[in-house]
Amino acid sequence: MHPARIVLRGCRVEKVELKNICVSYGEHAVLKDFSLTIEPGQIMGIVGPSGCGKTTIARAICGFIKPQQGTVKIDGKTMFSHEDRVDIPPEQRYIGVVFQDYAVWPHLSVYDNIAYPLKKRRLSKEEISPQVQNALEQVNMVGYEKYMPSQLSGGQQQRVAIARALTSSSDFLIMDEPITNLDAKLREQMLVEIRMLQQRLGTTIIYITHDQEAALQLCDKIVILEPDGSIAQIGSDEEIIRNPANRFVFQFIGVSNFIPVVVEDGKVFFDLEKKILFKSLIHEKMPGPKAMLGIRPMDIVFDDDSPVRATVAQSVFLGNMYNYFVRLPGMEIRVQQMVISENAKSYSEEQEVGLAFLEERYFEREDA
Amino acid sequence: MDQIVLEHVTKSFTTKSLGTVVAVKDFNLSVKKGECFSFLGPSGCGKTTTLRMIAGFEDLSEGSIYLDGRLVSDKKKNIYLPPEKRKLGMVFQAFAVWPHLNVYDNVAFPLKVKKCPNSEIKKRVALTLHHINLDGLEKAYPSDLSGGQQQRIALARAIVVNPDVMLLDEPLSNLDPRLRESMRFEIKRLQKEFGFTIIFVTHDQAEAMALSDRMLVMNMGNIQQIGTPQELYHKPVNRFVYGFLGQSNFTDVVIKDGRAFLKEDESNLLFAGTSLDLKGDYVMATRPNAIELNRQDGYRTTILKRTSRTEFMEYLVSVGKGSIIVQTPHRNFFRVGDQCFIKIKEPKWYNPESKDIEEERKRRNTI
Amino acid sequence: MIFSRAINRDLARLEGKGGFRLDRLMIIFCYVALITVTILPLFMIFYYAFWDGTKIDIATFKLVIFQKSNIRCMWNTLVIGVCSTALATVVGVFFAWLLGRSDIPMKGLMKFLFSIPFMIPPFLAAMSWDMMFSGRGGYVNKALMSFFNLTKPPFNINSVAGIIVIEVVYYFPFVYMQVVSALERMDPTLEESARIAGASQSYVIRKITLPLTIPAISSGMLLVLITSLSNYGIPAMLGYSQNIFTLPTMITALMDRAGGSFEGVRQSAALSIVLVFIVSIALLVQRRVMTRGRYDIIKGKSMRPMLIKLRGAKYPLLAFSLVFLSLIVVAPIVMIILVSFVKAYGLPFLAENLTLANYRRIFAGNIMVRDSVKNSLFLAFSAGSICLLLGTMLAYVIYKIKPKGGITLEMMAVLPYSLPGTVMAIGCILAWSGAFFGITLYNTIWIILVAYIARYLSYVLKSSSAALQQVHVSLEEAARSCGASHMQTLKDVTLPLIKPAMISGFFLVFLPCMRELTTSILLYGPKSRTLGVAIYQLRINGQIAPAAALSVVTITLIIICNNIVKAITRDKKRG
Repeated sequence: MHPARIVLRGCRVEKVELKNICVSYGEHAVLKDFSLTIEPGQIMGIVGPSGCGKTTIARAICGFIKPQQGTVKIDGKTMFSHEDRVDIPPEQRYIGVVFQDYAVWPHLSVYDNIAYPLKKRRLSKEEISPQVQNALEQVNMVGYEKYMPSQLSGGQQQRVAIARALTSSSDFLIMDEPITNLDAKLREQMLVEIRMLQQRLGTTIIYITHDQEAALQLCDKIVILEPDGSIAQIGSDEEIIRNPANRFVFQFIGVSNFIPVVVEDGKVFFDLEKKILFKSLIHEKMPGPKAMLGIRPMDIVFDDDSPVRATVAQSVFLGNMYNYFVRLPGMEIRVQQMVISENAKSYSEEQEVGLAFLEERYFEREDA
Repeated sequence: MDQIVLEHVTKSFTTKSLGTVVAVKDFNLSVKKGECFSFLGPSGCGKTTTLRMIAGFEDLSEGSIYLDGRLVSDKKKNIYLPPEKRKLGMVFQAFAVWPHLNVYDNVAFPLKVKKCPNSEIKKRVALTLHHINLDGLEKAYPSDLSGGQQQRIALARAIVVNPDVMLLDEPLSNLDPRLRESMRFEIKRLQKEFGFTIIFVTHDQAEAMALSDRMLVMNMGNIQQIGTPQELYHKPVNRFVYGFLGQSNFTDVVIKDGRAFLKEDESNLLFAGTSLDLKGDYVMATRPNAIELNRQDGYRTTILKRTSRTEFMEYLVSVGKGSIIVQTPHRNFFRVGDQCFIKIKEPKWYNPESKDIEEERKRRNTI
Repeated sequence: MIFSRAINRDLARLEGKGGFRLDRLMIIFCYVALITVTILPLFMIFYYAFWDGTKIDIATFKLVIFQKSNIRCMWNTLVIGVCSTALATVVGVFFAWLLGRSDIPMKGLMKFLFSIPFMIPPFLAAMSWDMMFSGRGGYVNKALMSFFNLTKPPFNINSVAGIIVIEVVYYFPFVYMQVVSALERMDPTLEESARIAGASQSYVIRKITLPLTIPAISSGMLLVLITSLSNYGIPAMLGYSQNIFTLPTMITALMDRAGGSFEGVRQSAALSIVLVFIVSIALLVQRRVMTRGRYDIIKGKSMRPMLIKLRGAKYPLLAFSLVFLSLIVVAPIVMIILVSFVKAYGLPFLAENLTLANYRRIFAGNIMVRDSVKNSLFLAFSAGSICLLLGTMLAYVIYKIKPKGGITLEMMAVLPYSLPGTVMAIGCILAWSGAFFGITLYNTIWIILVAYIARYLSYVLKSSSAALQQVHVSLEEAARSCGASHMQTLKDVTLPLIKPAMISGFFLVFLPCMRELTTSILLYGPKSRTLGVAIYQLRINGQIAPAAALSVVTITLIIICNNIVKAITRDKKRG
């Protein structure tokens, strides 16, 4: 049992460990033998498509779900263990939770909302007040103590929710899609604020989302989950973008092109309606004679001298870049070009172009 | 041929809390036949009000509106043609598909109103549903279908009478982000096939630029600029249009003899080659995507922060004590703390702006 | 959703042993309470109708059904029900349009006037109309006869037609409220898109607006139908003198005349079943209409729909509406007040005939009246409180604990809502006259209390369930993650958030109990008269003026209570 833990600055949770967690709802197995360690002082993003089990992981850590197997440890202390029949209820796990719909209590003022966790831990009024003020400072809501949630905008309610989570625990926060209900501009702003908050306090944060953009922007490390709940890759944003572990991770970020290739006579050809010569040298990283070339739209450039020819099917001007849909025999690929200058060359429909491919990656082909 | 003409259109109304508000001021526009034209602006700028005046759901306070050469609204002459007589197609933001009618009856409705014979109705509905890729769903009810499909029912219903003009009110904002791009193509394709003129209203600048032949930017009831997307993006007439059409950096500078120096440190040369007419304090506006980031030469800077985006990498680089944002493909990779160089390509220069404009916009957003 | 069910159960069970047992206890308690209060009475009705003590006996049942006088009363019940529903719908929809969609002025005043009929008990209104238009000496009839030199009274309200007219006048607000709410909240772009497609205003109304309001109209219609079929007060006040019976009044009369004889009781039980049968058919029909789809037509943005410009018809319609409303709302109240000051009913309203004696009598002299006020207050308060506790507990069990038999619990609680009060009363008599464990509540105030609880429980269940469902699970989980145990969460988060609904739930029961007649007329004993019974008895004994005085007092009490409720709920909304 935890003693009543008074929140101190700089007190760090050691680490959060999940081992062999299994969760099923009836027949449907959501998590199978899931293990993960979260290092202290980091923002770790858990990202995946809906239904992949990311929310289930968060709820298992919080104690809202009882897994059928496995252990959950925070700071080396067991919160849940199926084998040892340990199941510490949520109110004794000392985790700060931020919910998707904010879950700010409408019948309590901003002050009372934020003070609640401290009241539950039997702190006196004199002890509570400075901590609430501190939390309000962290989220830029000083002066709003007496407001009721109905008087606040969505973004302000979210900040109150974060402040409340901080008073619950400034060591360890779990955030479940906290910004999806905000509009685009506000989302950007909140991400910056969350990052700055974490840097000031050194809090360990688990950030659950399906929004790749938010995860890339915010998190130190990202766990990418496949639809069946298994881990595809754990890494920094740099690693995920530059060294994706597999095809799922590669295509998870943005929209990618996949072109089937085949090796013949020591040369690499595009394996389309016609075979088009692509490269005269074989890339060592090809998994076999038949493979799938994965290439991001931004990594294809127009090159008049290239032997690979294609036709522009559509050209869309988006301001900061052009989206081109380019036709190869038998398939259409996307090419993106940043608009560097007003006078940069743009291409119109039905124009014939040459394509050069940078940063290629090869993956397995299903029909290989 | 001018299909839709608005002359000196003004709309003002009085509310209890804010007094008299001029929602649309002296609006002048002619849209050509077959064009795809968009109204772009922040919420509360008057774009939807203008669209509703064209449709006939709102009356004008001043001015006139002509459709196909015919005067349909004129306050002074007391002319007002009701919406049902204007022969327009309209698609609403929340689709407004009738839940008590199935897909067939929804799309057939405008024809039934016209009292077309049943056999013709059947033919035309089938044809329209085919064009919109809703074949086979005639007997389904809207509540059984997805948002994208409901959007298509709304489009089909508007197209089935072959209108010359289609009005779209924020047509894509209620759709899943992934669906928006394919819907954009649908709309463009339908325009090519059926040949109608489109006016659509949006607050999303990427959407407006992707779809429009010409567009306008509005703010607080006033048209700021009319032109093609490229014209507005590359040659914006003022700072508002510049900032609204895409991400921007604004840096305070002092220009002397064709050279721009940082205002905070006048020895720090940012850009050489401005027009020689410019002298004194200015704001330098640059696009993050139009700044070259390299390790060879240019203005010396340090990488302060790296943010990964799905399509490109964003770097915050130091400029004096401040910073600007640079966007570049992922493969152009730097680490925080790296020393590097930037080359600013085509900055624009604006006069420093006042804060009153920001206040007025906030006030209108409460309407 | 299966997922949320699983999660909630875990959360509820994460108590460790103590809480686990508490949940179980609550479920069992709810079952016991509902079976006792609802199922037993119903069961007894069927038992008595079809069981003659030793074997199943349908012969008596058939005899009762095919008796001429009973067939006549069944016919009356149906005719009155159908006609008043149809006419109330027309009137209700008309006013809903007028106030919800046109530019008629004085909407505020008219909306206020519409809320008044809800506050007057129907039998009091019927009594007042009887005073005005009775075939044997109603005041207005007499005035018209002398003014126009007629030999026969022009209006006879003591007729089937009279009953229908009064029911229409007092029930049309049910339809009005539903339809006006649907019209005001409808997404205006649904109609705008029809206009752009070329449809004129009237075409839009016919093909779009009206069909979309059908769910609202039909739920209003059903309410009127069920209320009419089950109503005792109006046919009792207007029909008895002419031997016009409907099922509720016939059942009550049979029980009275039976004087406790087994045969008599069996006859009442048999007729009760017929009544239940008719009401069930009405419910099934409405279910059919409703499954065609409750349309999601509520708008997101706050745009107001285009109002129909009435132009030339504006002022005539306004005049008509105001006259109509004054007639149905103001006139009866005025009549009752006037009669309450008259020395004896029938005397003209001249100064020499006016007195305060009636009020003095009911306040000072009459023990029965004082008892009845006390009883009604006691019953209303107790029924309100018990329904509040039981109903909220039920809502919590059904919607938060979600046990396997949840639907059964819900059905048992909601069943009495559709059952006529008369039937519940008969059932209570049969159940609590010594049949089970020798418990006899008959002739005491407790049997009325039990009947009230059965009858009004579903009101609280509905309002508490709606409130509970709005307390999103994440609000409770947030409390748990902030260090609150399950019980603390209930106290700190759930209860405060449903408090407004609980308070209005209390008054949802309190007010109807104060003005109730249908159930208590069958269950009252010498010391357990209610206000309604007292008024009714005064009138039957010819003391019409004192009856009027007591009515005025009752109506005043109800209006005061209503305003207290409004004040409380308004404050709660602000907080």
